[in-house]
Amino acid sequence: MDLLNAIITLTNFVIVPAIAYGSQLALGALGVTLIYGILRFSNFAHGDTMAFGTMVTILFTWLFQSWGISLGVFPTALLALPFGIAGCALFVLLTDRAVYRFYREQKAKPVILVIVSMGVMFIMNGVVRFIIGPDDHAFGDGERFIISARTFRALTGLEEGLAIRTSTGITVITAVIVVALLFWFLNKTRTGKSMRAYSDNEDLALLSGINPEKVVMVTWIIVAALATVAGTLYGLDKSFKAFTYFQLLLPIFASAIVGGLGSPVGAIAGGFVIAFSEVTITYAWKKVLVYALPDGMGPDGLVQLLSTDYKFAVSFIILLVVLLFRPTGLFKGKSV
Amino acid sequence: MKKLLLATAATALMAGSVSAQEIKIGIILGFTGPLESITPNMAAGAELAIAEVNAAGTLLDGATVTSVRADSTCIDAGAATAAGERLVTSDNVNAIMGADCSGVTGAILQNVARPNGVVMISPSATSPGLSTADDDGLFFRTAPSDARQGVVMTEVIMDRGIKSVALTYTNNDYGKGLADAFAAAFTEAGGTVTINSSHEDGKADYSSEVAALASAGGEVLVVAGYTDQGGKGIIQASLDSGAFDTFVLPDGMVGQQLVDDIGDGLTGSFGQYPGTDSAGAELFQGLATEAGFDGTSAFAPESYDAAALILLAMEAAKSTASADFKDHVMDLANAPGEEIFPGELAKAIEIIKAGGDIDYVGATAVELIGPGESAGNYREIEIKDGVIETVNFR
Repeated sequence: MDLLNAIITLTNFVIVPAIAYGSQLALGALGVTLIYGILRFSNFAHGDTMAFGTMVTILFTWLFQSWGISLGVFPTALLALPFGIAGCALFVLLTDRAVYRFYREQKAKPVILVIVSMGVMFIMNGVVRFIIGPDDHAFGDGERFIISARTFRALTGLEEGLAIRTSTGITVITAVIVVALLFWFLNKTRTGKSMRAYSDNEDLALLSGINPEKVVMVTWIIVAALATVAGTLYGLDKSFKAFTYFQLLLPIFASAIVGGLGSPVGAIAGGFVIAFSEVTITYAWKKVLVYALPDGMGPDGLVQLLSTDYKFAVSFIILLVVLLFRPTGLFKGKSV
Repeated sequence: MKKLLLATAATALMAGSVSAQEIKIGIILGFTGPLESITPNMAAGAELAIAEVNAAGTLLDGATVTSVRADSTCIDAGAATAAGERLVTSDNVNAIMGADCSGVTGAILQNVARPNGVVMISPSATSPGLSTADDDGLFFRTAPSDARQGVVMTEVIMDRGIKSVALTYTNNDYGKGLADAFAAAFTEAGGTVTINSSHEDGKADYSSEVAALASAGGEVLVVAGYTDQGGKGIIQASLDSGAFDTFVLPDGMVGQQLVDDIGDGLTGSFGQYPGTDSAGAELFQGLATEAGFDGTSAFAPESYDAAALILLAMEAAKSTASADFKDHVMDLANAPGEEIFPGELAKAIEIIKAGGDIDYVGATAVELIGPGESAGNYREIEIKDGVIETVNFR
């Protein structure tokens, strides 16, 4: 019984949050990795692309809510998501037209594009704040829990509760669907294959008649979709605030690099590695150990490796270790 | 004719300055910076007391009181010191009403007030650190130290039979000061603080902070944060994961917005914030409305009391020199004597002139204790069905 309590506590406070956070990071990292693999630069504006897409989704959510349209137990934001993706895709395509294309035609070095993307980041940052403001917005509606801690305790009679929020469930399911779609697209469709060819060897791809502008356009659209989905899921699960999306850039890049830049499988693995490390290293294990160990053996201290203040430091440390010992990442991406 | 006029005017001025003194009170508050929304009302509170004394015209046999404003910025100790220096050396103020934030108040006290021997009464600095600062008897505050809130919160929790709490605070001077004061008081009273951890404001996700708090355990969670910042996030995440059901809310966390945002989950949570059921508070609000400012604004009543105490102390000492009247502040604020409410400053001056004793109650039921700080009156609240209800005064 005590062991069961230990497992429930662990699931409630570590495994469930980490899986949700990991899925969100993985979707974000997929976007970064696609840009790196196909357009060949690190896109620092990715966090703010997420914020922009989420903002459009929120605006549509509010519109639908004012019309009285809802999805019942599901958040209205799911209905607004396609519009958010469209809005975000339009915006990044415009950005590409106005900014990146110029540098692509110059055959600018990746490092120049990185700095350019930083400029784009600041502008997107400003645009999002200008439109929706710097404040917190919680836009989730519908049923809040799949199962709440109180219901779980009543059902099982256990001391510890397990809460699974609707947003967590939606995050995981959506992430699985999106990833499956992406892999199917990259591996099975003609456009997907041409994208991979372009990524592997640009000159050879051009020789075999692949239209580079089309590849670039499709890449941006996919990235906008991934960013909007990742951002909306994160916002539903936590809350939307322009600044926190900017901060997400670090764990997202850490995920992409740990997994191996340019490798989609790596991005997913990296997302979960970072999420689980952040959560487990800053978790206080006292309660779990007290339940798991025999009576009297439980620790008095908190058994916490790092205070939660240092959460971001965990991403940094993992990033450093990977870059030092395995610069191509876990899944043999491109070396940074 | 012109010369005659000039001469008459000059004589009149001379005569004026001979017969009546002019008293200058420096009002140093953060008119720019994080507190800029409430400082205009605080200054208006102090100036209300000054206007009342001027209207009576009896202080020190007809002295006129003027105020000089200066900007403490609330956060920049260097700028605040310069502003304080200006008040004392160039405007020649007799006393200072201020400053507002604890950091700049400490800086002005050590760099300006003590070297120049000027009395300083702060209406809003609550850091426990100021209780032990060297002040040569020159520094007072009409706001209670957060150490006091720690004790009151301990009583509120203990009276409900709760012996073990988890504690989280927003990572700044306010949060840390309050959390440390509370942890010390609670442990001394025989309770257990299972964890004392900080949280950063402005994050989207507090699940890992809550996970650590939940692991440490405790019957309730004390959240020393802000309603629209991390405090709210912590409460939401705790309710979501079922980590805690009941929360203790100190002054920074009491706000209707929080109750509206969180909803049912907050029912049964309790806490306290500065407030009094003394008649003085209402009287002051009436006076403030007449004078055209908001008397319920935070620390405006404290500002009125600070300025009033300075002026009454001058009357009691029959002197405008800080060295003379600094010893009278405590006597006037505390019993015994006739109780003085807002709007009764003229009466107070008469009583003091006649050699009587007063107990200045003012707008905030002032009672100065220890090193010259307000004992502090708190309103104990509980959240019932989405409404903040006052259940007790402490």
